Amino acid sequence: MSEVYKVAIIGSGPAGMSAASRAAARKLDHVLLEKSGHLSDTIFKYQKGKHVMATPSQLILRSDQDFDAGKKEDILDKWTARTADLGVNVKYNAEVKSIRGTGPAIEGSVQKIVTRARDGSSTTTEVQRFAPPYAIELTSGETVMAENVVLAIGTQGNPNLMRCPGSDLPHVTYQLDDPYAILDEHIIVVGTGDAGIENARGLAEDSAQGNVVTVLNRAPKSTNVRESFPTAKEPNAKALVEDDAIGKLAIRYETETKAVEPGWITLATRDGEERIRCDRIIARIGSAPPRGFVEGCGIEFASADRLAFPTLSPSFESTAPGIFVIGALAGYPLIKHCMNQGYDVIEFISGNTDLKPADEPLLEAKFADLPGRKSVNEWLELLRGNIAILDGMTALQMREFMLDSDARFYKKGETIFEKNAPGSSLFAIADGSVHVRIDPNDSSKVVPIPKGSIFGEVGLISGRRRGATIVAAEDCICVEISRNAALKLQSQVPTAKRAIERISTERQLLQMFGSGLSSDDVREVVDTAKIMQVRAGEPVITEGADDKDVFVIRVGSMIVEKDIGGKPVFLSYLPAGSYVGEMALIDGGQRTATVRAAIKSEVIRIDGEAFRRVLDAKPALLERARNDMEGRRRTNAFIESKKDGFSGVVDLYSEQAKFLVAQGLGEATDVLLIDERLCVGCDNCEKACADSHDGLSRLDREAGKSFAHLHVPTSCRHCEHPHCMADCPPNAIHRGPDGEVFINDTCIGCGNCQRNCPYGVIRMDKVPPKKPSLLNWLLFGNGPGPGEPPYKWSKKNTKYTGDPQVDEALDRKKAIKCDMCAGIEGGPSCVRACPTGAAIRVSPDEFLTVARLENEGA
Amino acid sequence: MATIASKRRTGASRQRTSTHEGFLTHRKGRWLKISALLAVALIALYIFVPLPGQHFGSTWLGYTLGTIGALLILWLTMLGVRKRAITPGRWSLKAWTSAHVYLGLLLIVVGTLHSGFEFGWNVHTLAWGLMMLVIVSGMFGIWVYATLPRALSDNRYDEDGAITEKQMVEALRSIDRQIHDAAQPLDSEAAALVNRSLEEDPFAGSFWNRLTGRYPRDATRSAASGLRQMRANKPRVADDPIEKVDALLTRKEAMLARMRRHLKLKSWLQAWLYVHVPVTFALIAALSAHVVSVFFYW
Repeated sequence: MSEVYKVAIIGSGPAGMSAASRAAARKLDHVLLEKSGHLSDTIFKYQKGKHVMATPSQLILRSDQDFDAGKKEDILDKWTARTADLGVNVKYNAEVKSIRGTGPAIEGSVQKIVTRARDGSSTTTEVQRFAPPYAIELTSGETVMAENVVLAIGTQGNPNLMRCPGSDLPHVTYQLDDPYAILDEHIIVVGTGDAGIENARGLAEDSAQGNVVTVLNRAPKSTNVRESFPTAKEPNAKALVEDDAIGKLAIRYETETKAVEPGWITLATRDGEERIRCDRIIARIGSAPPRGFVEGCGIEFASADRLAFPTLSPSFESTAPGIFVIGALAGYPLIKHCMNQGYDVIEFISGNTDLKPADEPLLEAKFADLPGRKSVNEWLELLRGNIAILDGMTALQMREFMLDSDARFYKKGETIFEKNAPGSSLFAIADGSVHVRIDPNDSSKVVPIPKGSIFGEVGLISGRRRGATIVAAEDCICVEISRNAALKLQSQVPTAKRAIERISTERQLLQMFGSGLSSDDVREVVDTAKIMQVRAGEPVITEGADDKDVFVIRVGSMIVEKDIGGKPVFLSYLPAGSYVGEMALIDGGQRTATVRAAIKSEVIRIDGEAFRRVLDAKPALLERARNDMEGRRRTNAFIESKKDGFSGVVDLYSEQAKFLVAQGLGEATDVLLIDERLCVGCDNCEKACADSHDGLSRLDREAGKSFAHLHVPTSCRHCEHPHCMADCPPNAIHRGPDGEVFINDTCIGCGNCQRNCPYGVIRMDKVPPKKPSLLNWLLFGNGPGPGEPPYKWSKKNTKYTGDPQVDEALDRKKAIKCDMCAGIEGGPSCVRACPTGAAIRVSPDEFLTVARLENEGA
Repeated sequence: MATIASKRRTGASRQRTSTHEGFLTHRKGRWLKISALLAVALIALYIFVPLPGQHFGSTWLGYTLGTIGALLILWLTMLGVRKRAITPGRWSLKAWTSAHVYLGLLLIVVGTLHSGFEFGWNVHTLAWGLMMLVIVSGMFGIWVYATLPRALSDNRYDEDGAITEKQMVEALRSIDRQIHDAAQPLDSEAAALVNRSLEEDPFAGSFWNRLTGRYPRDATRSAASGLRQMRANKPRVADDPIEKVDALLTRKEAMLARMRRHLKLKSWLQAWLYVHVPVTFALIAALSAHVVSVFFYW
């Protein structure tokens, strides 16, 4: 307690370790606190032999520690050795409980922490900040004093704790090291994720252990394990259900813990409370991000958004003076970034304020092609000053933001993007102005967008193609903001979020209702419009209701259903960009059908009265709306008339549509559908796929669900907002010119996309060697023939060179997925190669139409 | 009620369809119509064009028909290459199949007219006979392709939805594991019976077994009936392990039957090709002999 360190670094991952190494090299008085017994716990827990990648490759590493792509074990060994060489003062098994300032209270520096309970209520606590030095209290009870604190704890967090009475008893545990060491106990496993399932099965595996294992599951029992075990991998859940069926262990469905006491547990079940024996509880109920702890230290986050990061100065200092945040917690998940920041933050703390960030050369390159010689900082200032939505950003955020974005110069008349081109990026005008072409055939019909504003937001929000061609009206400089950067921007800067929402609502309305409107006409509508999130299956319009609002689908998709003869009958499918609800407004009366979200969606709710006034003022618009409505009405009438004569067919059509929506068609843009009445099972689709793509098939014909002879095989649906793109460290997944979602060569094989894809369409595999030609096979029987070569053949024919680097590359597994045969004349091979016409690729709005009902013979 | 966003497509090199259309009805039966028209025209030519009475094959119409027929046979054979050569381009194997089917049927007319209805025990009639055999096997193939997929699909459905072949094997394995556990208390005689069922490979059986779907010496069925006989001679007890095993064996039998139906249908979908393709090669050989010989003798 006597010593006050100059700097205490919490967390010994790449960021913290690099910081401590810099501190040791600079002979700074420091301590590195690590909660586990070794360095870099997260990487330590990677699976054995995992290949760790060093991306982005163009970023220069600036650290006292070495880092190169390689095996996890080698990297950790190097780091550990180097840490010892540098004489870093590491304190292992030091888990931090709290950090508080011991100096005088800082006047006016109060942090409000809002905590939200499950029921939606929130409480606000206020924390007064105190000046350094900081007292860092450890779970062991020890206290470490330091003038500066560097928080590099990553985002993994701590396990969620049980909250019922008695949950603090010692036999309530949150991990299980060796399931085989536990004998003759009554054990309750809480949590049905993979960890809980693996623990439970381990404990019950050998009946000689004599354990009585009960798994508590909040979900109800279902034949579909995906429903009853939504967070677990399917094989795991199936194995557990099987163990339950043969009596190895017991699963209790719709059950939660009520109270815990030594030797017993009280359960809340559907049929009331029940008290059973219990010697040990293993709770595997996920982990909480460390936000609560971080906020408790007096560190403010940029917004309440779940994705938000702490607010930091250019030198990584948080709102608590003397506490610095770096690494993944600061929003930088890549190892190289983390290590550079570790170095930088110690330099800043030691007073080296002239240090240029390591990303300086990258940013210089970004601005190199722009006219006017300006420094990186000048450019950043210019962009922030001129572009309205960037106004609220800090210098550090601007740098990070620009790494993911591009600044470009466009000559007058140059096309920035074309109508119907795919693209999910947002553009902002830093200088000059652009024109939106309203009429593709007449280049004189344009709408100007001035300096400081944005465009391209429709692609960003809905994930659909560009709605109009944009042309530079004069020489201008635009920033293209990638989707990831735009999402980050919105979570970091709430004003930016609101500005983007408002502009996008206005534009969407103007685009939808045609060129006769100006932004003044719709001002009132935009002012009263609200953006609403709709959960999958939730209705926005209910049949028979009296409301008059109009909804614009902004993200996701909706299905329209009508109650006929007591059964909901599917009427139509509405993709993002459609509007719905105008019928009741124009004709009056009750809602004639129910509209519910096919997947999690976002709608703009437009006040009916305000919209009515716009319609009244613009007769042309009313006329158009009436025409649009007429088509809908015909569909309704058609289905209702068919219902009497062919109710079976209508039911089937309706059920099939619901099945397809349940299979994720609601977010698909292009999906492979097989008509089982035509499919002869020749697997030529798979073979064709493999032969068009390096010998690996990206589709599994037989797998996947079927309903009423319609089969949805395991193949990419090219989702509007691809789940696979959400967390790709090298940013290797993109949407291509034909709307295909593809993975490029920079894939590092981390498997995130595979885990994130809810449809299981991504596989991790290595590219097999090249096969002999088809003729060679046909005439001489050389090679394995068409389709994916068998594993054995690939193994035998892989030509290893003996050079470990080349061989490693030959063996490296990469993520493989459908790219819709982009760039191959003729389109998807699977469809072209189907001999019977069973396989087609369609977009849901093409397929889910009433025309289908007619084809089915109604 | 609502308005769908206008369709936005780049109009890339791909043909878009929005519904399933089988190879028999491809483009509203385009190849059916073409073939039918050609057949009618050729028959009319044969009837109405005056030609010398003997050796129709060596008349101009005969040569024309022969050349058309020979080229058609070679082109029809090329389907096997087209199916396997996944080259870029706007071709569709479905269109090829459709054309293959109807032009193949047209070959009956072309080939038979070319013969001038002169048949005998010679290489010429052999070529015609082989051609007819290929066509008939092909017609059987059309019937198989048109009817069995639906049966194959129906067989995969149960109350929980459709299951795949892989899932069938998994289900069998899972039942096997349960049988194994449940059979532990059985005496050695009964255990031996059960064991034979466990050791049985679900894919075992000859090609004939596959095609007929009959497996007369099935170990699971004999195990189940053996157990039932054993139990009949024993006093009834509560929780009889034999009863439990019997119930599981019955479940296994049902799953095995479904799996075998699946294999049977799949075999039929392929079996006809074992006639169609080899005979095609025999046909090409006979055809070559026919072509060479006619140039020698006529």
